[in-house]
Amino acid sequence: MSTPALKLAGVRKNFGSSQIINGVDLEVSRAERHAIIGPNGAGKSTLFNLISGFYQVSAGYIELGGHIISGLPPHRINRLGLSRSFQVTNIFPKMSVFENIRCALLWSMGYRYSFWHFCDRLKRVNEKTEQILEMIHLADRRHIPAAMLAYAEQRALEIGITIAGDTNVILLDEPTAGMSLSETERAVELIHKVTQDKTLVIVEHDMSVVFNLADRISVLVYGEIVATDTPDNIRQNQEVQEAYLGKEIA
Amino acid sequence: MLLFMRRYGIWLAAVIVCVVLPYIFTSRLSLTLFCQMGIALIFALSYNMLLGQGGMLSFGHAVFYGIGGFLAMHALNKISGGTLPLPIELLPLVGGLGGLAAGIVFGWLSTERSGTTFALISLGIGELIAASALMLPSFFGGEEGISANRMVQTTLTGFRFGKQIEVYFLIAFWAIVSAALMYLHTKTPLGRVANAVRDNPERAAFIGYNTRAVRTLQFSLSAFFAGIAGGLFAINYEIITAETVGALASGSVLMMTYVGGVGHFFGPILGAILVTFMQVSLAGITHAWLLYFGLLFVGMVLWAPTGMAGIIMMHEPVWKAGLMKRLLPSYLLIALPSLVMFVGVMILVEINYHLSLSINPEAALQLFGIRFKAQSPVAWSTAILLAAIGFVFFRAAKRKVSRSWDEVTQTMKGGAV
Ligand SMILES: Nc1ncnc2c1ncn2[C@@H]1O[C@H](COP(=O)(O)OP(=O)(O)O)[C@@H](O)[C@H]1O
Ligand SMILES: [Mg+2]
Repeated sequence: MSTPALKLAGVRKNFGSSQIINGVDLEVSRAERHAIIGPNGAGKSTLFNLISGFYQVSAGYIELGGHIISGLPPHRINRLGLSRSFQVTNIFPKMSVFENIRCALLWSMGYRYSFWHFCDRLKRVNEKTEQILEMIHLADRRHIPAAMLAYAEQRALEIGITIAGDTNVILLDEPTAGMSLSETERAVELIHKVTQDKTLVIVEHDMSVVFNLADRISVLVYGEIVATDTPDNIRQNQEVQEAYLGKEIA
Repeated sequence: MLLFMRRYGIWLAAVIVCVVLPYIFTSRLSLTLFCQMGIALIFALSYNMLLGQGGMLSFGHAVFYGIGGFLAMHALNKISGGTLPLPIELLPLVGGLGGLAAGIVFGWLSTERSGTTFALISLGIGELIAASALMLPSFFGGEEGISANRMVQTTLTGFRFGKQIEVYFLIAFWAIVSAALMYLHTKTPLGRVANAVRDNPERAAFIGYNTRAVRTLQFSLSAFFAGIAGGLFAINYEIITAETVGALASGSVLMMTYVGGVGHFFGPILGAILVTFMQVSLAGITHAWLLYFGLLFVGMVLWAPTGMAGIIMMHEPVWKAGLMKRLLPSYLLIALPSLVMFVGVMILVEINYHLSLSINPEAALQLFGIRFKAQSPVAWSTAILLAAIGFVFFRAAKRKVSRSWDEVTQTMKGGAV
């Protein structure tokens, strides 16, 4: 078996005396779409914060494409090819929509800390920005400060910023939370499109979204993964039914 | 051609204004004033690279202005002594490089976090340098400071800098070049990412940026331009003291920048021009000028936090929609009580200054051509009454202004649909 895109081994996290993540082992292979489900407060966002370097693991380690990334700061992990979105919208509020996306791809396109290029002259960068704006359906809102966008638009921008850097591994934290039915449909379509040939780990509450997108599903309860399997098997799994799915699926 | 004018017209206009200005206002006083404005303008723009563009509220930016100034002054002495073959026109670069070097060191030390931590560290560094200024007399010249003579042999232009107008043109040249470079900087990847780090440092890390590195770079470049301003200071005054690195200078550039407006590139230019003008002209009229300046600053923070540039830009869409005439009546309405309130406060200030600071408090005081005794209860009560009435009507007029604004915004929205 080839090295997994993302691997967690014995990962634990405690805040003071409270154990939030209790030894998580997980392997996500390349180009897999993997969903993490579980009740509120199970530690899903915390897990994302650990993977992306926002929090430090208390024990265990995390590998990205075979390289250990636990202990690295977020920007280093991002440069190694992992990006994430946030459950609570986390954008650049005073900058225009266009500028939000463009900034998100400057590093990956090699312009880094340059103060000897002009952004407006970077043809490839601007073309790519346009493409992403089209993809997230915000092309006609490009000049508006991001703070002025409607909620669903901000969520789309959030995804746009996350995928702009063209990383191989993408973590999305409840991308459709708070969206209407039609908005959710559009978002799922968007996620499908932007994660083509990429590794996706997605936290999601909407079961139709999960069963629609995921190749495999992990169920996280009280900081432990109680099952990892294909959507069909998860649906049938007795333990999962009891722990979590019961009320939603039955 | 049209595109050219759209893009470069404003810079062309700036050059023309700078060239003709000293021929319109020919007095010695106005020339001194313009020189001061030019230096302040570079300094304030450099400060806004931190505050407006990078979200770093510094209380110690004068450190780089001062270090640049002192280095340039030492270099100038070397030029006069014949040991440094540098044309004096390039002397500001010495200041700039000095500022840059100091900026890299102190920038790295202070930019791990922005916000309160950064602000406090910048204050600490400011105090540190101000204190060491007295401990290192060979560099800072102790109490007397360092002086030099700018009339040297090594020049590029043939100017001897004996005349103030020659100094003026040198300052104008550097002001335009620096402003242009700082403007262009806002268009570069680093300039844009500095905005991103200002807006949301946490997210900036997740798009690959080391926020501390971004801040340090932005900080260093800002210190470079502060150093250029310091170098021009050295040439302009031919003397520099430890005051230049001090908290007062740091506070002054903060206030200039803020009053001008941090949200737009040209804001600090307006601020530098206005505040320098106030410093020079008000100081000639009243001893209490700093107090008036303080009032202006507090007023801006309270009622116009976007600064002069923000106020101007707020009106741009209204102007374009041809709706200015709907706002003007309410503006006139608020101008009157503002004036009344100001006059009241002013009388109070002047009375107090007269009582506590003048040589003979018993002597009559003259305001608006009226002579009266500062001890007179009539004067006191008039002043308080004016201020109070002004304030009450000011509040009412302020509501009227917001209503007019609401109406105008509604109309504009309706028009857009
Ligand atoms: N920085 C933190 N400090 C202390 N407790 C935290 C912190 N972050 C998360 N937690 C706790 O961890 C638990 C899991 O939170 P979270 O990962 O957000 O859950 P989920 O995303 O699965 O709903 C919660 O009880 C929360 O209070
Ligand atoms: Mg969560």
